[in-house]
Amino acid sequence: MTDRTAAASPALARRSAGRAFSPGSHLRRPEAGALLGLLAVTLFFLVFGGTGFLQPAGVASWLNVAASLGIVAIPVGLLMIAGELDISIGAMIPAGSMTVAIIAGHGDQSIWLAIAAALALGVVVGWINGTLVNVTGVPSLIVTMGTLFAMQGVVLGLSVLFTGTVSVALPPEESGPVAKFLFGQFIGGAFQVVIVWWILLTALYVFYVHFSPWGNWIFAMGGDRESARNAGIPTRRMMVLLYILSATSAAFVGLCQAILFNSAQVSAGMSYIFNAIIAVVVGGVLLTGGFGSVIGIVFGTLTFAIVNQGIYFTDFDRNWSSLIIGVMLLAAVLMNNVFRRMALNYSPKRT
Amino acid sequence: MTAAAPLIELRHISKSFGPIDVLQDISLKVHAGEVLCLLGDNGAGKSTLIKILSGVHRPSAGEILLDGRPVAFASPKDAQTCGIATVHQFGGTFPLMSIGRSFFVGVEPTKGWGPFRVFDRKRANTIAVQAVRDFGITRIDDGDRLVGGLSGGERQSLAIARAVHFGARVLILDEPTAALGVKQAAHVLRIINEAKRRGLAVIFITHQVTHAMAVGDHFAVLIRGAIAADFRKGERTREEITDLMAGGEIMAHIEAAIEGAHADT
Repeated sequence: MTDRTAAASPALARRSAGRAFSPGSHLRRPEAGALLGLLAVTLFFLVFGGTGFLQPAGVASWLNVAASLGIVAIPVGLLMIAGELDISIGAMIPAGSMTVAIIAGHGDQSIWLAIAAALALGVVVGWINGTLVNVTGVPSLIVTMGTLFAMQGVVLGLSVLFTGTVSVALPPEESGPVAKFLFGQFIGGAFQVVIVWWILLTALYVFYVHFSPWGNWIFAMGGDRESARNAGIPTRRMMVLLYILSATSAAFVGLCQAILFNSAQVSAGMSYIFNAIIAVVVGGVLLTGGFGSVIGIVFGTLTFAIVNQGIYFTDFDRNWSSLIIGVMLLAAVLMNNVFRRMALNYSPKRT
Repeated sequence: MTAAAPLIELRHISKSFGPIDVLQDISLKVHAGEVLCLLGDNGAGKSTLIKILSGVHRPSAGEILLDGRPVAFASPKDAQTCGIATVHQFGGTFPLMSIGRSFFVGVEPTKGWGPFRVFDRKRANTIAVQAVRDFGITRIDDGDRLVGGLSGGERQSLAIARAVHFGARVLILDEPTAALGVKQAAHVLRIINEAKRRGLAVIFITHQVTHAMAVGDHFAVLIRGAIAADFRKGERTREEITDLMAGGEIMAHIEAAIEGAHADT
């Protein structure tokens, strides 16, 4: 972490000094606000909490939170860039963990079958979400709120039906060493393996969203759906794909948690709804679509996780962290508005 | 020019939605390198006519001919492949995307191969900027600029340049000058002239008579779904056209009706 701040500060100095003559200034990029926010909260907790949260144990505490959130936040952010919301992730995380725990833990089936089933469930729910949004034209907030509650009901109902409880154990011997190694180990005793998944997935997303032609389609869909369709973009298919991505990512996070903690609960994951939206919005994605970046969402996720966990390293009462998150959210949105306006008004060498 | 078949021709087009007749017996032709101004008040059926031309609606009766051959569009995409491009009032562009990216939406140039194909930003920017500059908009020189930072006129120009770049032969402009100031509107009119010079058939929908007269070769006034007047450049004065658009005799009727109502009370 120390090298992160060290690497960022000369960049910041260069930026503030070079704005006048550097036309490619990073300040106009969607993630500019998120990066400044990240630096600000890092500084805040350095001042009030000391360097504790930058020690390996401290880094692990917020990186673990960030990784699980980040895997869900990126697809949720992509949907937001495309102009839609998905809050059904709050049900898909427990749905993923319960599916794995019930099939492998309670039913003694193969862990790989259980993982495949959890991911398949994500594909099915994502497909339903996307198709409903396409066909009904009902705002996606309402559609996914419907599937959120429906899936909560299904998960609760089925787990009571099959196991008679709302909490199912998934002992390590049922997961097996390979699945445990891939999805549920602590690296160095503290770092959850999902961090590695998060980094890999982020790299894939950065490539596909910002460098491949597909990313362009997502931005176009959020900018003006009608024009995007007229330009020949298969907007409906893209929409279904994005919903499948977010529901499956949520199921993936759920199954990783079940394998990591050796158990699954019906009621886990609701906090992810708001947390993911906060991470995405702090990360510079425009709520109404058409603007944002994957790296911004990563910064937003890190910022959220640091605030969420950093409070433990200070003398403040834990209850104050929500206040900081609230203020930070508003500040980030205002800051992002300013940067977006700068980006819009930018024109070089005006004569 | 008149010897050749018109680039696009409408013959006795009618359109009704259920019991409501929106368009009745519309016949129009536009030759290459000609600007047809379609004038009409709100609700005259202009947008329905555009939607028929751009493949959104199918006519209830009549036919569309392209280069003298009858065509039927199954979808907007279909009309586009035939070279008919529609540019809407706000340009149909994406305010928060860069000029280069929005120019190539749906047809992104790539380099590399297979799953590693990468959007060729440099090439996209160069082509987009060049295409717009060819239309005389020299203020645009950086393809990374966001479209939303352009003026209304520049945005329209970008949309028109885009349509022409992708092979449009018939350009339908839906109220391109409606939301613009005088200077910006002049900008767009210059672009229309340039499109005309390049041999496109332009259908310019507007209710600003001055704008129509500045570039039009041929005028049609649409009133309540029918062509009320069809004339060429110089055949009518500005006042006559304005009067026609407002509905001439209909206005007289309305005034009489208002006065009648006053007399009753």
